[in-house]
Amino acid sequence: MIRSKTIGSRIFDVVNVVILTTLVLLCLYPLWYTLCVSVSNKSAANAGLVTFYPIGFTTISYQQIMGDKLFFNSFWISIQRTVIGTAFSVFVSILMAYPLSKRPDEFAARNVFMWILVFCMIFNGGMIPWYLTVQSYHMINTMAALVFAGSLNVFNVILIMNFFRGIPKDLEEAAVVDGAGPWKILFRIIIPVSVPVIATITLFVSVYYWNEFFNGLVLMNTSDKYPLQTYIQQMVVNIPAGTTLTQEQYKKLSQLSNVSLNGAKVFIAMIPMLIVYPFIQKYFVTGIMIGSVKG
Amino acid sequence: MKKKAHSTQWSYYLMILPGMIWMAMFSIVPMAGITMAFEDFNPGKGLFHSAWVGMENFEYMFQLSDSRQVIANTLIIAVSKIILNLLVPLVFALLLNEVRNIGFKKFVQTCVYLPHFLSWVIMATIVIGIFGYNGVINTFIKMLGGQPQLFMANADDFRQILVGTDVWKEFGYNAIIFLAALTGIDPALYEAASIDGASRWQSMVHITLPSLKTCVVLLGVLGLGNILNAGFDQVYNLYNPLVYSTGDIIDTWVYRLGLQDLQYSLATAAGLFKSAISFVLIVVSYLLANKFADYTVF
Repeated sequence: MIRSKTIGSRIFDVVNVVILTTLVLLCLYPLWYTLCVSVSNKSAANAGLVTFYPIGFTTISYQQIMGDKLFFNSFWISIQRTVIGTAFSVFVSILMAYPLSKRPDEFAARNVFMWILVFCMIFNGGMIPWYLTVQSYHMINTMAALVFAGSLNVFNVILIMNFFRGIPKDLEEAAVVDGAGPWKILFRIIIPVSVPVIATITLFVSVYYWNEFFNGLVLMNTSDKYPLQTYIQQMVVNIPAGTTLTQEQYKKLSQLSNVSLNGAKVFIAMIPMLIVYPFIQKYFVTGIMIGSVKG
Repeated sequence: MKKKAHSTQWSYYLMILPGMIWMAMFSIVPMAGITMAFEDFNPGKGLFHSAWVGMENFEYMFQLSDSRQVIANTLIIAVSKIILNLLVPLVFALLLNEVRNIGFKKFVQTCVYLPHFLSWVIMATIVIGIFGYNGVINTFIKMLGGQPQLFMANADDFRQILVGTDVWKEFGYNAIIFLAALTGIDPALYEAASIDGASRWQSMVHITLPSLKTCVVLLGVLGLGNILNAGFDQVYNLYNPLVYSTGDIIDTWVYRLGLQDLQYSLATAAGLFKSAISFVLIVVSYLLANKFADYTVF
């Protein structure tokens, strides 16, 4: 690319780098801040003295967590729900996407199912009917609720379907001539060539399960059943809703928590995300682009 | 051959079955629960034996001053978010596009996408750490000799914090679609402009920006469907009773009415009000997107 090197252009380059670096720092700050708070001493952290670096370095918060059974329990629940939920959700989405990727003359009921799907995507019964329904299945306080209550995302099904449609028909036709049935075609031909989209969806879904806190909050009755995000939510944001609260009471409430210990818990909750992040990064850009494919 | 075609059809039905069972259980059955909005629902009597009251729940809902406040809050917060989550990523993408060092560009991208993948539960602990009574900003105010402020418990500041922190979390991720569109521009256009003596600013205005027009129109139109989504996870994790007047949104209100006060019928009515309007808006936005940007979802 040929570009003029006028003075104005050079000044712009410098300013631009400064702006972008500032944005980078803003986006890394959550991680850094949490780390700093977690390794600062309790009184400094509670007084809000920690800003850009740790004060009174100590690992006592991490040592305290080591003995916290409830924390590890919820960590383990989150891992279980993420693994089981992702496997279920991705598998069902793929199975569903394949017949939907067929033309109506190949799969007669295709359009009917498609309309049901799209309708469910853009309309819902709302929170209360959903809650009462899950309750009526006797799923309250079970792992099944954490796994199934929010597992299928129609948008993911559509992403996979769009990708399947882009696969050259010749591949399938050759297999049909060789006598392969739909199951064999799906598992031996379609899935192996769809690794990019399946990887993207797998990562999206696992991030969803790891980060989800609301189902844990309303569908679990006891704190020993909470997934990690719900556990953290209850630990940090513990202001009673619906009650009358004065600003004085609010000040007192905000001084009650152990900021350093909470920071350590939040930091540990971020770690799995940070581990998968480099892998997600490779895929999510592709994922978004598949989403914008014009059908 | 005919028998074969038949078994293929059955295989397709079988493949779609698990997903459809799930949809029936968790998406379609709850829709039947919408009837609660037209009943004086009593959990003891159940959906089929509770007294039918027609539109009474809706009438009652709109008489509550809460409902008007909550709808106004939702609209203000959601529309601000839609506009800023379009403009900030656009400007960011344009700035990043001007960077020539590929390594720096990649590094910036890696960092700005990160907050999107952190949950609002986690981001809330950080936002409270920054804006809270004992937060980073108040520490600086105290250092400069000022009085600490209750940002998170002050109704006048709360919406700005919501919109600002949402943009902070999402601008990088929202820029992906613009950055992808920018890689599609033919470099020959820039070369030709440069030979004709166009400045970088002129190239940006006449080449880069027009190439993003479809993208901006598309995202703007699709944003229409989110006009009543002000972001439950964020608000729920950041708000408190002191900021209900400006920060309470339809979703959080429905949650409190239904799952805390157990006013099932009223909460269902409020939820249905939102779902129905959103449904219409989404359909309209899809039609518009199809017309103006050749966009189809499926």
